[in-house]
Formats: sequence, structure tokens, C-alpha cells
Amino acid sequence: MTVLFGIFLLTLLVITAVAIVRTENLFVAVMLLGIFSLLIALNFFIIDAADVALTEAAVGAGISTVLFLGALALTSEYERTVTRHRLLSLAVVVCATLVVLYATFDKPTFGDPNAPVHQHVAPWYLENEPKFIDIPNVVTAVLGSFRGYDTLGEVFVVFTAGIGVLFLLSTKPASVTGRRAKAREESGIGLRHDLIPRVVARLLVPFILLFGLYVQFHGEYGPGGGFQAGALIAAAFILYALVEGEERTLEVLPKNVLIALTAVGALLYGAVGVAGMLLGAEFLNYSVLAPNPVTGQQTGIILIEAGVGMTVTGVLLLIFHAFAARDQA
Amino acid sequence: MQLLGIYYYWVFAVLLMIGFYAVIAKDNLVKKLIGLSIFQSAVFLLYITMGKVAGGTAPIYQDDIAGQLFSNPLPQVLILTAIVVGISTTALGLGIVVRIKEEYGSIEEQDIQEIDRR
Repeated sequence: MTVLFGIFLLTLLVITAVAIVRTENLFVAVMLLGIFSLLIALNFFIIDAADVALTEAAVGAGISTVLFLGALALTSEYERTVTRHRLLSLAVVVCATLVVLYATFDKPTFGDPNAPVHQHVAPWYLENEPKFIDIPNVVTAVLGSFRGYDTLGEVFVVFTAGIGVLFLLSTKPASVTGRRAKAREESGIGLRHDLIPRVVARLLVPFILLFGLYVQFHGEYGPGGGFQAGALIAAAFILYALVEGEERTLEVLPKNVLIALTAVGALLYGAVGVAGMLLGAEFLNYSVLAPNPVTGQQTGIILIEAGVGMTVTGVLLLIFHAFAARDQA
Repeated sequence: MQLLGIYYYWVFAVLLMIGFYAVIAKDNLVKKLIGLSIFQSAVFLLYITMGKVAGGTAPIYQDDIAGQLFSNPLPQVLILTAIVVGISTTALGLGIVVRIKEEYGSIEEQDIQEIDRR
């Protein structure tokens, strides 16, 4: 049954991808990309990656769609129909596909417990995680503690990308005409005149926020953690902005607060690492944060997950506001 | 299970190349970024597929069940963070596209190259 379902989902995935590339309407392509993300999240879920599925669903289907739409509003909705070098590109792609397909015959069988990937550190993580960290979700333990350096790096990449978008888009556009300024007054209030989306969104926002906080603080026990929670909380505010207008959202959560949130989150992560050093252990070794090493590890993970959540929320909302503000300028 | 395994790898290969085609053949910069997203998702799928252990389950310990077989948590950790980094870098790319549109008035590669040649 799972096999059939897997094949079905994978086939849908390929069909969606082909449709995305073939359509000339970029709006349609972006919507299909949202569906693609949801399908791939389902695929992740049936091959045991619950945390990844949650992240992909929140980020891919939610936030990335909104960002692409924001970019489309600023550029154009249709692409030009002529495709240059189509045959040459097709030839290159077909050859590359054949090479990759040939390589797949050398790969270990799907689900083989003796595959090389399962032979190195992963069994050690699974075996020793209860002894050193003792939280049920091994993914969170590996993310927060065993691979804390990687995660710190990723948080700073997210931080840097946010700064980059601010640099690119916070300059004033050259032509702010009166016509567009007037259009801003009319369009800046979102969907406030449409009753049904407004009522539904207002009802949904608190629950999305609550779920985001649950995912943040329950990440040690079930699928979840700072990355997913950050994306969910950002999605709640983006929904609010789409319905009530961007200005109102900025009243609730001003830009300064978002910038502070982003910086404080990244710094909190670093500070937890430095605190470990000051207490006489290595950077990002949380064992010394409490008298009992296991409690120390758990404290450290909760703190760094909070930092991750803050940075991800801050960066995603800053990026959204950067696009939205450009739209109205 | 055997069939599904091969199928997963083949879907990975096909998705990878669909994304690659969009990146090299399409002129529109937003479409190129969409292609890049598909390419990226294909790589994610490969990693998660490799982490699966037959008969395994999601790597979360439960009190009342002992001796469970877990799938490999490591690829999941790598991909989880990669997804969030992916959206941030895509946003950066879209930011650059928006600035290009403002400076060149077009997001078609052909137009941009012509303007640059002048």
C-alpha cells in the first residue's frame, strides 16, 4: 500500500514539475510550485522524515509562494514564448539524465540497512543520544547539539541572506510617481473589503501562531523545532498582512523589532556557545550549562532553538516586508 | 520495495534534469529561479531517500515502545536546515531580479544582454 502511494506521489511530482516548466504564465508556475512543495512534503513524510516534511510544507508551500508572488507583482506575469537553443538544451539535459540514471544503478537499494550512509556516525547518534541528551526526538538532538556547528552556520547564512535582501531592496526606487502613490492608498489595505477571506484569516491567525509556538517548544518531543516554528509564525503574520494590509502588520510588529529579533536570535545562539567556553568546555558544548550534563544539554538545545526560531521569523518577515514595501513604492 | 527504490532514484534524476532544463533553456529570470527550486528539491529528495531504512520509522523515541528501528536522522537534519537556507537564498535571488527589472526594464535574459552590449 505504501509502495503504491509512494509511486503515485512521485509520479504526480514529475507531472507537476513538467507543467511548471512548460507553462508560460508565471503566476500559474508559482501556484504549481506550491503544489509541488506540498507533494514533496508528503513524500518526505512517507519516508520517515516528519521534521523535514513539516519544514517543507511551511516554507515551500507557504512562504516561498508568497515571495515569488511578491516578485511577480514587481516584474511581469508572463514570460516571453521564444526559447532559444531549445534543441541544444534538450540534448544536454537528455545526456545528463542518462548519466545520472546510469549512476543510480550503483546506488545501494532503497531502505538497505547496510548502505554506507548508515554505517558511520548515524548509529552512534541513535545509540548514544538517550545517554547524552535524552530527548525523544533524535533529529532535534543531532541538529541542536551533535551538529550544533552546522546549525550555527545555517542560522548565519539565513541571517546574511536577510541582510542581503534588505540591502538590495531598501533603497528608494528611482521613480515614485504620483499615480503609484495613489494606487498605494487604495491597494495598501489588502483584502479588507472582502468579508469572507478576512473573517477566515482573522480566525486562523491566532491558531497558526499557537501552533507555531507549540512546534517551537515541543520540538524536543515530536517533529518540530526552531526552523519550522519560525516559518509558521512568519506565515501567520504574512497571512495577516495579506488580509489586513502591510501597514497594520507593521504596527503590530514594527520593522525595528524584526531587525532586533533577527540579530538577537543569531547572537543568542552564539552566546550559548560562548557560555559553554566560559564555563570551561568547548564552544557549543552545553553539558556544563547545568550541574547535570544531560540537563545542561537540554537547556542548551531549548536556548539555541529559541534563537533559531527568532532569527528565522525575523528574516522571513523582513524579506516579505522588503518585497511588499517595494510593491507599493 | 525494490521497484520503489529504483523509482525514487529515477524520479530524483528526472526532477533534477527538469530543473536543470528550466535553468539553462528559459530566458526569464524568475523561471530560472523556479527551475533552481525544483533542482534543489530533487537533491533534498535524494538525501531523504538515502536515509530511509526498510521497516524503520521516524527517529523519535517513545516511552512505551522499545527496540524500534529508526531511519537515519542525519540526512534529515542536513535537509531540514537546507530548506530554510534555500528559501533565504531564493529570496535573495528574487531581490536581485527585482533590482534588474528596475534597472533594465526587463527580466528576459536576451533583453538584458542586448542592453549590456550597447
